[in-house]
Amino acid sequence: MRRRAFLLGGAAVASAPLLTHAQALAGVQDIRPLIQSITRGATARSGGIEVELPQLAENGNSVPLRIRTASPMTAAEHVKAIHVLAERNPRPRVATFHFSPASGRAEVATRVRLAGSQTVTVLAELSDNSFRIAEAKVLVTTGACLDDSL
Amino acid sequence: MLGRLQVPPSVRKGEVFEIRVLVQHPMETGFRRDMNGAAIPVNVVDRLACRVGGREVFRAELGTGIAANPYLVFTAVAEASGAVEIEWSDDRGERGQASAMLEVIPT
Repeated sequence: MRRRAFLLGGAAVASAPLLTHAQALAGVQDIRPLIQSITRGATARSGGIEVELPQLAENGNSVPLRIRTASPMTAAEHVKAIHVLAERNPRPRVATFHFSPASGRAEVATRVRLAGSQTVTVLAELSDNSFRIAEAKVLVTTGACLDDSL
Repeated sequence: MLGRLQVPPSVRKGEVFEIRVLVQHPMETGFRRDMNGAAIPVNVVDRLACRVGGREVFRAELGTGIAANPYLVFTAVAEASGAVEIEWSDDRGERGQASAMLEVIPT
């Protein structure tokens, strides 16, 4: 009997973090169709993008984000656009930034709203119409109140 | 609408310089409610463009995922002294603009 009680107690403890994890994942959408629509079906390769996002953000209302790309930014080879997607936001398309060789660098810094802990996806559209992809995981302690459900 | 634009006081010709922009705007998501419980409609700065010497160097399409009082940092190549201008508009069609003078030192 004591053993059973012990086991039940253990099971309750073990399931507790699972529950919070499931809650944390609530609201995550599959953004693959969105990525596909941006890349027009092309497969995005990884590399060439550096995403600077804090690993832990206390306040989801304003999270600093910096994106750098490795590109010579010449007329023949440059980054045309950078797309930022947040899978857990009610509207996952955060922003699109357009560049040209006159930009000098395809680099942008801003502050984003994040509805909760999630993976932020960055897509870079190159002048030859190919795509690069990068991801950054962020833990958000207090999500931005974007939604009635949060 | 108020907005601020910051550029370095002077840059060398051909140098890549930073442009910092801060626009005062609530970036309403449409998910918030006012004191009477009525939904506050979406209103965000959805477009912002920057021109240096009349040439567009940067353009952004923003959504509700951008924090209130949008802050943007980006770069441009210094070609000649002149105005750096930004222009933006929100969902309600309100527009704003700001400009700064850039001094380019010939090399």
